[in-house]
Amino acid sequence: MHDFLAALLGGAMIGAAAIIVMASNGRVMGVSGIVSSLLPPFGKDWLTQNGWRLSFLGGVIAAPLTYLAAFGVPPVVEMNAGLTLLIASGLFVGVGTVIGSGCTSGHGVCGLARLSGRSLAATLIFMTTAIATVLIMRILGLGGLS
Amino acid sequence: MNHLVLFIAGLLFSFGLIVSGMINPAKVIAFLDVFGNWDPSLAFVMAGAVIVNVFGFRLVTKRANPLFAEGFSIPTRSDIDRNLVVGASLFGIGWGLIGLCPGPAIAALSAAPGDAFIFVVAMLAGMIVARMMSQGRPAPLAGETSR
Repeated sequence: MHDFLAALLGGAMIGAAAIIVMASNGRVMGVSGIVSSLLPPFGKDWLTQNGWRLSFLGGVIAAPLTYLAAFGVPPVVEMNAGLTLLIASGLFVGVGTVIGSGCTSGHGVCGLARLSGRSLAATLIFMTTAIATVLIMRILGLGGLS
Repeated sequence: MNHLVLFIAGLLFSFGLIVSGMINPAKVIAFLDVFGNWDPSLAFVMAGAVIVNVFGFRLVTKRANPLFAEGFSIPTRSDIDRNLVVGASLFGIGWGLIGLCPGPAIAALSAAPGDAFIFVVAMLAGMIVARMMSQGRPAPLAGETSR
């Protein structure tokens, strides 16, 4: 399948998943929000509040395992990063998504579909800083660019 | 039943990441490498997801209530405040460093356990720190709003 078509199909699946989450639990399918809500400081009724989040994340982790079982190889995940870069990028993503109230799925997929101005602004901003970061890494000769 | 439905939604989301190539950080970096060897294909992921969701969201929220909850919890804020700008900027930097954002990072836990695990632990640590910092502020906690 052509890359563009595969991307469009995969995107449609992601959109469909977001519709299911909204239809069943009335929530926005934002992965950073789903994950960070499980973390301290804990609210009341942790398990009652977070059951749907745990089930969703279970599905996210199960898909690559299902793929592995079906095709005998895991899906392609290539990254060329040392320990320092892994930790630094994880920290930036963790802090940024909580302060900025969302990530690629929450702001990018769901927010844009809701025609939210906040999400449009957030998406333009994180796309810009991400593109700038890749450019700077390229200039400095760091990272896994070919 | 609710848990089964949400598990299936998670599966579908994650298979979407796999089919589109979004789960692969190298492909994400190539998409973000606009001034280098740009691979525009991942733009179609967002296009596909948003197009489907625009119609789905309108249809679904016409109902009085979701299937398994008391009501819809849809973010209502419309102000573009400092937190949104700073947070989105930091997130973009982190995303551009390796090519992992939260969804693909969680999915990659089972596909590339070693590196993804280190990234996810750091991400969780970052989230906890940011949640602690935002506690006690008048603005709503990031965890429950604006997603």
